[in-house]
Amino acid sequence: MAECHPVGFRWVMEAKRRGATIIHIDPRFTRTSAVADIHVPIRAGSDIAFLGALVNYIISNDLWFKDYVVNYTNAAALISKDFQDTEDLDGLFSGWDVEKGQYDPASWQYEGVEVSPAAGHREMFSGEPRAERGAIIAAEKHDYTLTDPKCVFQILKRHFSRYTAEVVEDACGISKALFEKVARALCDNSGRERTSAICYAVGWTQHTVGVQYIRTAAIIQLLLGNIGRPGGGIMALRGHASIQGSTDIPTLYNMLPGYLPMPKASYDTDLQKYIEFNESASGWWSEFPKYMVSLLKAWYGPAATAENQWCYDYLPHITGDHSHMVTVAAMADGFVQGYFVMGENPAVGSMNTALQRKGLRQLKWLVVNDFAPTETAEFWRKAPEIASGEIKTTDIATEVFFFPCAAHTEKEGTFTNTQRLLQWRHKAVEPPGDCRSDLHFIWHLGRRLKELYRDSTDSKDRAIRDLTWDYGSKGAIEEPEAEQVLAEINGYDSSEQKYISGYKELKSDGTTICGCWIYCGCYKDGVNQPARRKPASEQNWVAPEWGWAWPDNRRLLYNRASADLEGKPWSERKKYIWWDEEQKKWTGYDTPDFIVNRPPDYRPSPDAKGIDTLSGIDPFIMQAEGKGWLYDPSGLLDGPLPTHYEPEESVLKNPLYGQQCNPARMEWVRRDNPYHKAWGDSRYPFIATTYRLTEHHTAGGMSRWLPWLCELQPEMFIEVSPELAELRGLKNGGWATISTMRGEIEARVLVTERMQPYVQNGTTLHTVGIPYHWSYVGRSRGNAANELTAFIADPNVSIEESKAFSVQVIAGRKRSDRRAAAGGPLNESDSGGPERDHPPVQEKPGGKHGLKAGKTELTEEA
Amino acid sequence: MSKKWSLRKWPALRQIAERDPAGLGESAMSERTRALKPRTADADRVVDSVCPYCGVGCGQKVYVKDGKIMDIEGDYDSPISLGALCPKGSASSQLVAGTHRVKKVLYRRPYGTKWEELPLQKAMEMVADRVKKTRDETWEEQNKNGHLLRRTLGIAHLGGATLDNEENYLIKKLFCSLGMVQVENQARI
Repeated sequence: MAECHPVGFRWVMEAKRRGATIIHIDPRFTRTSAVADIHVPIRAGSDIAFLGALVNYIISNDLWFKDYVVNYTNAAALISKDFQDTEDLDGLFSGWDVEKGQYDPASWQYEGVEVSPAAGHREMFSGEPRAERGAIIAAEKHDYTLTDPKCVFQILKRHFSRYTAEVVEDACGISKALFEKVARALCDNSGRERTSAICYAVGWTQHTVGVQYIRTAAIIQLLLGNIGRPGGGIMALRGHASIQGSTDIPTLYNMLPGYLPMPKASYDTDLQKYIEFNESASGWWSEFPKYMVSLLKAWYGPAATAENQWCYDYLPHITGDHSHMVTVAAMADGFVQGYFVMGENPAVGSMNTALQRKGLRQLKWLVVNDFAPTETAEFWRKAPEIASGEIKTTDIATEVFFFPCAAHTEKEGTFTNTQRLLQWRHKAVEPPGDCRSDLHFIWHLGRRLKELYRDSTDSKDRAIRDLTWDYGSKGAIEEPEAEQVLAEINGYDSSEQKYISGYKELKSDGTTICGCWIYCGCYKDGVNQPARRKPASEQNWVAPEWGWAWPDNRRLLYNRASADLEGKPWSERKKYIWWDEEQKKWTGYDTPDFIVNRPPDYRPSPDAKGIDTLSGIDPFIMQAEGKGWLYDPSGLLDGPLPTHYEPEESVLKNPLYGQQCNPARMEWVRRDNPYHKAWGDSRYPFIATTYRLTEHHTAGGMSRWLPWLCELQPEMFIEVSPELAELRGLKNGGWATISTMRGEIEARVLVTERMQPYVQNGTTLHTVGIPYHWSYVGRSRGNAANELTAFIADPNVSIEESKAFSVQVIAGRKRSDRRAAAGGPLNESDSGGPERDHPPVQEKPGGKHGLKAGKTELTEEA
Repeated sequence: MSKKWSLRKWPALRQIAERDPAGLGESAMSERTRALKPRTADADRVVDSVCPYCGVGCGQKVYVKDGKIMDIEGDYDSPISLGALCPKGSASSQLVAGTHRVKKVLYRRPYGTKWEELPLQKAMEMVADRVKKTRDETWEEQNKNGHLLRRTLGIAHLGGATLDNEENYLIKKLFCSLGMVQVENQARI
């Protein structure tokens, strides 16, 4: 955090000054470790073993927060009698469907809840984890003594019972003493009087079990009562200014703004069905139709009517996974003709960059918007395969357009920063030359396309013809009015002619227009709320008048949990939101994340519907039952509880189960994307992990062109321990060649004790640290770490595994002739070796573009 | 006052008066030093902004003079950053004003070996034409089961996560309405 989010880290230092214990868990010793109280060097890829042992420690030492766990989580819910755990099946859960190659989650459900099989299939077999939006189901049977063997708490206890301190030693390379020191520090600092926070960055998301890493952290925080309370929570430290915003208003294939799912061809055949499959009978998602209809009204205006289902049919339908790597594999196979790359550099930042470039070579046209031509824009003349002569520029048919972009100071608009905070930037100066904002690019492109389709009578063109696109523009360059776009995102009431002030005002009758329901209120009263800048010194510590946080300017989500069952703060010290008996409402330092006048003693009647089903002690209002999920009965594709699986390419056999890897992971079985052996591959004996440096930014588009930053970090390097250096004859400052089956790179060597080998069961394991900023253009150039990585992904979110894989390292510079598997086999293929999967999982079907995943079937449907 | 001032010009006296025997504090200041001020003091305007690098969201003050950015500094009012910027945030004035920036549209024709400059309007027209052609050629109305698809898999998009919300919103709105489903972002990477 000190390296990648230095200014955010000042608050960690402030906490330390006030007595907090800082624990840093990272394979490397970094600037964060240097100031932490405890540094825990962990083997990359073993986090669930470590976190699971913390869960076990909390439960077996009876250190969980009882009032919180019993009342605010689903600990008491009873689970189906058909459920079988990884304890019973050696690393698999019940429900593996051999034919489909994925889990059928029916046996993971709550007992007695009638989930129609069709709905269950719809949810899981469409390949879309819908419950990322919240629960569809609520438990009906409970045991509040938490002793029934089928209750969540007992299942959790059994599941994690084998995650002991000894396992942590074996799997993570962390001594028992160090583990216990961490566990004690965490538990001592949690309870009524104290809270602990967990911060993570993409070091957690880029794994084949990334979602379950974060789930394990959520279980710990729920058990300790650290969610919804000040100083608690799980903080995702996002690496870009508006990663959060890019998810809220998603340029992601599976979502519409505000986490509404994209329509699925086979199921969501009309608006009624789409709503039926996505709204919830209880909890906040019961409001779903209001959000969807308001969105369609925002997009298609007067053309959207009740008779034509508000133009629902204008939306394109998905048929499985169309995520980044799936798309690029299809591109490499010649199925994609045009590609827009806006402020992104996949030829450096995405996995298996040689395969990325193979995809770019197959395109008819490519559009890149950036400050200067990046590696993605220059692939046709400067890529390694061009330099080595494997590919000739004159053989590449792709037409490339490079549009120079405006800087953040040359346009106005909002970022949504990592804490869900929208902050408006004012424009300082005009962009130079033909540089334009992406807003300008997309708006003018839309205007041109509307003109091209103006006279079309084809039904396929109706969506573009009816699209509302009338934003004002200003200045000589006709820059669209970003504030008008923000106002549409906020929404307005067409009958009352006023801006919506909160999502509770939205309606499903077509009279409200709203581009993103969770952002409702950001333009309340016609005031640009994200532009508010009341100085920190002039308001309370929550600073509610700086910018605007979604939803409803709430700074801390689920903050009802900061008060006890009766609505009183758990302690004076951790006071945040409480029930005011005199005023009969929730009040406090922040906007209450609860129905503001719902008293703590409210209990719904059995026939209650929608948000009336939420009781006065249901803080997690987005869940159908209002409880935090220790156990996840619906929505995840790889199991209801986190389970330690090894990375696709590991140096160890899974020390916990016979099943080596996440059975539901996505693999791309292609000649241009070969994998190493599951473990013990003598050709690739070392662990590799990639990371960022303070002085550079991701794929380098905003840093490798700046002399100041290039002076600070001038050159690509790898970090190795003195032991590994000695083993491989590497010299500090000298050259090393690092290779995988995908590619080969060279880098300078930094020999440092910051990297430490682990001794596990008598074997010494070495880690190679690889920063991933560099590549072949820019002012500071070097080989790209992602030449080494593979297409391999978490099944829930299709995010790659680049934080743990295996490599070879030898002294000296790399060969100049052959360089990547995308140009033909690099190494003798060796398919033998230990199995990653139990026999039923091995049968998983492979599909088009080499994709082997449970989602394949629907990808094939088209 | 003026007499006092003239006496205090003597460094030794100043050191005594200001209890600064080592001469390393205020007393070491010359009149010239006192007259110094940051060049940002001459700015015509100071514009509120936010750092474009990581997700923390540090406040920035953009100092503008004669229509040009003089410097970018941290915003002391921000409850997030209290005036601080990291090495990247501090370098953002070079990001926006550096010589690396390309100011013309560049075009590489099929099988071409060099970049050519294109007028912006011409380039926009060419891209719009290509979108229409590819979309029309690769349109899928329904699948073999008769379910609506109404889409094209012929065009894809990948956006960075420094895009503004307003930009993402129009990208999703336009591309979705064109039938593009392969719309992706750094947020998945």
